Amino acid sequence: MAAKNDQVLSGGSVGAVLAQRARFDVPLRLQSGAELPSFELAYETYGRLNPARSNAVLVCHALNASHHIAGHYADDPENVGWWDNMVGPGKPLDTERFFVVGVNNLGGCHGSTGPMSINPATGKPWGGDFPVVTVEDWVAAQARLADFLGVQRFAAVMGGSLGAMQALQWTISFPERVGHALVIAATPKLSAQNIAFNEVARQAITTDPDFHGGHYYEHGVVPRRGLRVARMIGHITYLSDDVMMEKFGRELRRGTPGFDFNIDFEIESYLRYQGDKFSTYFDANTYLRITKALDYFDPAAAHGGDLSMALAPARARFLVVSFTSDWRFTPARSREIVKALLDNRRDVSYLEIDAPHGHDAFLMDDARYFAAVRAWFGNMLLEGPEQ
Amino acid sequence: MTGAERIMNARPDFAAIARWIGSGKRVLDLGCGDGTLLDFLRRARAVHGYGIEIDDQKVTECVRSGVNVMQMNLESGLSAFRDGSFDYVILSQTLQAVRHTEDIMREMLRVGREAIVSFPNFGHWSARLQVARGRMPVSAALPYQWFDTPNVHLCTIHDFEALCEKLSIRVLERVVLHGGRPVSVMPNLFGSLAVYRCTSG
Repeated sequence: MAAKNDQVLSGGSVGAVLAQRARFDVPLRLQSGAELPSFELAYETYGRLNPARSNAVLVCHALNASHHIAGHYADDPENVGWWDNMVGPGKPLDTERFFVVGVNNLGGCHGSTGPMSINPATGKPWGGDFPVVTVEDWVAAQARLADFLGVQRFAAVMGGSLGAMQALQWTISFPERVGHALVIAATPKLSAQNIAFNEVARQAITTDPDFHGGHYYEHGVVPRRGLRVARMIGHITYLSDDVMMEKFGRELRRGTPGFDFNIDFEIESYLRYQGDKFSTYFDANTYLRITKALDYFDPAAAHGGDLSMALAPARARFLVVSFTSDWRFTPARSREIVKALLDNRRDVSYLEIDAPHGHDAFLMDDARYFAAVRAWFGNMLLEGPEQ
Repeated sequence: MTGAERIMNARPDFAAIARWIGSGKRVLDLGCGDGTLLDFLRRARAVHGYGIEIDDQKVTECVRSGVNVMQMNLESGLSAFRDGSFDYVILSQTLQAVRHTEDIMREMLRVGREAIVSFPNFGHWSARLQVARGRMPVSAALPYQWFDTPNVHLCTIHDFEALCEKLSIRVLERVVLHGGRPVSVMPNLFGSLAVYRCTSG
């Protein structure tokens, strides 16, 4: 028992995990009007669903992540889940108490139906023909997975950034199915500047000569250069100016200026490395669709821009967290969400963490941030679906 | 424990506040600390409450006890809250640490129908005596040395009531306490803690 206690105190790993896949044969009508006749979702679960089925927590992923939230694969021990610091036995989201579900979103490239999947109508990969999906579509698909897992009501739905948008959308689309919502580094809609960054990323991909209108699989190529630049742009927006300066400064790799276009500064090396790495594992068609889902997300639009009206159906208890140095989705954007929840007299707490890391702070284990999330989950009463 | 029993056993200033607040009311507590008052009001009076607090650890304590808390600087205003969205806005032993006193008082009565304000009375005889002896007062109600105090705007009962008059704030009720007991004779001299319920106009 001593070993186990030690593990719980420090927060342990869920260990080796298995990715699973669920198939859905009832057609899914998408917001665009397109219809997917059937689809599959890749998912992972950690912990146990209790007999009352009241301890399930859905963790929604952001731009580049997947259903692999915690632990590692037995045959790939280096492949640790993207939120392993948050989720595990004794971690802020404690898998000893909660049944945690991670899911790869529709249109993804980590096992769920997406542009790389076979289009049943043609027998070939969907490629550029895969429909544009939205946050609402993702949530609708996730609800199918919840049904499949026998979860009528999630104790909590949580996510950071784009994942937070999904958590927010859950409280609007399925208010009775969400007990609590943890909305981290969020925005109720992208600003013109946010959309501008996404558009540059998309242009980088779609103007790559290897893009072929999204049908690059058939040509045996990948628009790697475009994807690389898209990722570089993303990374610039994830970090704060201060942290970037502190981390990379103006050090010259070769000691003196090269007076050429090879790498002079450390930040150039970092961006190239991140871009190269990303372009080997991520699908460009998926990237395009995810940035579109971000751009389109605006629950207030259907209510004349009134976010309070958009959130009127929500019944969940909320925790909203922002980070002071996040210039992508600033604290002011989170405060808009808080204000709308207050207007609706919802239970909500709001944390504004003075962290230096910019938008990426939501993935860092800042002590204050993690203590609050741990406290929030610790205080959570698990209600049965009948309540 | 019933609500009434909880109030009997509570800190006297909290009990005074709870007696004024009806069951199920909407309450905003400015500078709510670890959420003790809101937690008490929720149990004793079933209020629907929110707190505002800036300190990281205290905010986490609120979250731990399930008290709604907003991590915000209350000096930068209550712009997240609509006019008249609360029955009561409470400023419990925080008035003396607020910089923009008049602004806060106005904001409280914009957002709430009534304001409840408590503060240590600088007019208490022991404070006067210490000043008369040539030293800044240190007491149970004012436990800080002059060089490390968070208090920037200490006042007496007469001072506070003069401010209310200046701001056209009407005092509805007042409780003055010392050592947890109500003080009715010469409260500005014998009371160490004052609690007010006010409204505008």
